Formats: sequence, C-alpha cells, structure tokens
Amino acid sequence: MEGSIALLGFGEGGWGPSIVQGIFVTISLAVATLPVGLAIGFFVALGKQSEEPSLKLAANLYTTIFRGLPELLTLFLVYYGAQIGIQKLGQLLGYGGAIEINSFIAGMFAMGTVFSSYASEVFLSAFRAIPRGQYEGGYAIGLSNWQTMRKIILPQLIHIALPGLGNLWMVLLKDTALVSAIGLADILRQTAVAARVTKHAFLFYGTACLIYLALAILSSIVISGIDNWAGRNSGATKR
Amino acid sequence: MSDSAIVSSAAMRPPPPVRRWTRTRILGHILVGFWAAIALGLAYYLYSAWNFDLVARYGPDYLDGLITTVILVLSSVFIGAILSIPIAMGRMSSNRILATLAYFYVYFFRGTPLLAQVFLIYYGVGSFNKELQAIGLWVFFREAWFCALLSFALNTAAYQAEILRGAIRSVPLGQWEGAASLGVPKSVTFRKIILPQALVVALRPYGNEVILMIKGSAIVALISVYDLMGYTKLAYSRTFDFQTYLWTAIIYLILVELLRHLWDWMERQITRHLVR
Repeated sequence: MEGSIALLGFGEGGWGPSIVQGIFVTISLAVATLPVGLAIGFFVALGKQSEEPSLKLAANLYTTIFRGLPELLTLFLVYYGAQIGIQKLGQLLGYGGAIEINSFIAGMFAMGTVFSSYASEVFLSAFRAIPRGQYEGGYAIGLSNWQTMRKIILPQLIHIALPGLGNLWMVLLKDTALVSAIGLADILRQTAVAARVTKHAFLFYGTACLIYLALAILSSIVISGIDNWAGRNSGATKR
Repeated sequence: MSDSAIVSSAAMRPPPPVRRWTRTRILGHILVGFWAAIALGLAYYLYSAWNFDLVARYGPDYLDGLITTVILVLSSVFIGAILSIPIAMGRMSSNRILATLAYFYVYFFRGTPLLAQVFLIYYGVGSFNKELQAIGLWVFFREAWFCALLSFALNTAAYQAEILRGAIRSVPLGQWEGAASLGVPKSVTFRKIILPQALVVALRPYGNEVILMIKGSAIVALISVYDLMGYTKLAYSRTFDFQTYLWTAIIYLILVELLRHLWDWMERQITRHLVR
C-alpha cells in the first residue's frame, strides 16, 4: 500500500507529475474540441431543418458518415490522411522534407467531427421542440432572421439542448482516451508508460479509470449548475 | 353541377410556388456538389490505386477480421444482455445495499473510457499472472481476445441494464395494478404483460447500443486482437498505403447502415399495432 502511494506520489520515483500532465492534456483537448464541435453541430442542424432538400441531404450525409465510422478509425483517417495530404501538397510546392502532423490538432479535428455529428441531432430535436409561433412572433415585431435566431430561438434552444449536450460532453471526455493511440500524452498514455516501466499495471490503469470517473463526476456537477442557471434565466419555459 | 365544382376547385388551386435560386439553395447545391466531389475523388483514387496483389494479400485478412468483429460484438452483446438482467433488477430493488452496488457498477462502467477498461483487464488483471496461474484462470486472461470479450460484456451490461430499467419504468403502473386485480401472479405479470411492452420501447436503444459496440470494438486492435481494424493497422504498417484505411471505412459504414435499416424495419414490424 505504501509502495503504491510512493508510485503515485510526487516524490522521487513517483509518477504523480506526469499523470497530472496527462490530466491537463485530456482536459485541454476536450475543452478545445467543444467549441468546434458545437459550432459545426449547430450549422449542420440548421441544414437538417432547412426546407431546402439539397441542404438537408448534405447535412444528413455528414451525420451518416461520421456517426457510422468508429471513432478510432476517424482519428486514424484524420491523422494519417492529413499527413499524406500535406506531404503531397508540400511536394507540389517544392518542399521535399517530412511533415509531422501535431497529434493534438489531429485529435481535436477527429473528436470535433464526431462530436458535431452527434450534437447536430441534439440541436435538431431542440429546434423541433420550439414552436413556429416563436419565429413568427419575432418577425412580427420586426426582427430580422438573424436577430430572431439570436435573441429568441437560441436562448430557448440552449436550455432545451443542454441535457443532451451534457451527455455528449461525457462521451467526448471518454473518447479523448483514444488519442493515446496516436501518441498524445493524455491520462491513459501517461499511466500506460508508468505501468510498463514499473510493472504495476493494475494500479496505474485503475488510477486512470478513477481519474476519468472523477472528471465525469466533476462535469455532472458543473452541467447541473449550468442547467440551473439556464433554467433561472429563461422564465418563460419554467412551469 | 359537379363538373363546374371540379373546374372551380382546379381554378382555385394556387400555382406551384416558383423555386427561386435563394442563397440557401445555392449553398445546398454547393455542399452536395462538395460531397459528390469527395465521393468521385474517392472512387477515382481507389480505382487508380487498385492493386491486385494488395487485394489478394489482404482481402482474405479483411474478411477474417470482419468475422472476428461480428463474433466479438454479437457474443459480448449477448453475454451483456444476460448480465444486465440482475443489474437492472438490482438498480430497481428496494434493498439499499443491492441498489447501491448496482448503481456503482453502472456508474463505473459508464463513466470510464472503454479503452481504459480493456487495458485494466488485459494488462492490469493480466499482471497478476502468478495468482491467476494458481487458480487456473491464466489461460483465460492470457488471451487478448477473451479479455476484450470480458471487458466488452461488462461494459455493455451496464448500458443495457440502464436501457432495460428505463424501458420497464416506462410501462405505466396501472398495468401492474390491472394484472394484480385480475389475480395474476407478479412473475407472470412481468413476463407476459410488462416485458412485451417494455421491449417495444427498448428496441431502438438496443439497436443504438449494438451500433456503438461495433464502432467501439475497433479499439481491440490496440491490444493486438486481429479484428477488421487490427488487420487494417497491420496492412497499413506494412504497405503505408492509405487505401487500406479507406476500404475499412467503407466496410464499417456499410455494416452500420445495414444494421440501422434492419432496426428500422424491425421497429416498423413490431409497432404495427400502434400505427393509426
């Protein structure tokens, strides 16, 4: 038991600092992915609920493809695909050297596309929950399309979509563990290195699981806090 | 009289609205064109990069890997379904200890990444090889395939328990009371009245769970199980040919789409009595 504490600790021979670095990488990857995923997801949802068939088709294709591919495969496609693509581009421009893709950026893109394809479905069902009268009311008092969206629809949309988006955040947090496969030093990667070096695999992987669990608990506290705040601010939807 | 009515109704009908080239329509066509360009580019790339030796060398491997993926998913979903019944009962039990235990089981497996669970079982439990050898379980934990199966089954059991619980909860209490007032015993009520109604509700979440498992099963490639993804990684590491990944993507997409349509069809079949 004391041995385990020393191994996980911050003293000499302790793996504490590198695990803390891993936690930092995991959280920053998830936080960096979130705005990208939310923005793309929102616009894809706009496309899906549009009356224009071609736009609907394009948006539905996006969801079908990125929800159908395994997350790990999407990650590899982005990581190796971008590497090859940029290399080709470099050769075209006369640069022959090897080009390395930053695995953080690749992870962010891959997780962002997966997140956005799920988020678009959450946004879409939230859009459907808002009655047409809300738009008509906005236009009737002379607001433009964009103003109606921003001042009337969006606040309600966020409130309705929040539980679904909260679930997706949890999924995102867990999916970030996959980036350890392309060499990004996240929680799982750091604990795996420690496990290999010290031969205490159960201790370190168990610790990794507990850290993810702690992050999940922390997130659910924050999400319920945001939910309360959003519920307080939109008095109209409160019953 | 009737003729004039038809004529007037035809005259009353407004002409079909002219579909103008609005900005949304132009954007939509550009985006569809973009997808079409990607599809054509992909088809052209796969055609021009077609290499018979590569297909002859890795084609059978891919088929082998696909079969491994399907068997792994089917057996873990099946074992998970059996395990999920006691867990769901525990979650709904009035016994505080049982309910708490089941709650923590579900929370642990839903709150941690599947990859971490697989590593915990394969490397973590596997590191106790002396103890495992002593009780004769080493044969099991030595094999990456069995470890993957075990962790997938435990993981999906947690998700399926929640699906089952939600579905049973969705059946109104009146159904229980109605059966009780007719003197039907509880076990029969559950089997013949509650469960059939619950399974209709649970069908769609079960389908999603199977699809999630198919996609999630790709991670076994990281513990050297040769499923579809495992063979793809192998082929890529030997040839550095990007089409190895593209073929896999196409196979996974077809698999998931087939399953999704099968599930839509099943749902239509069993909810026929609800359609008005």
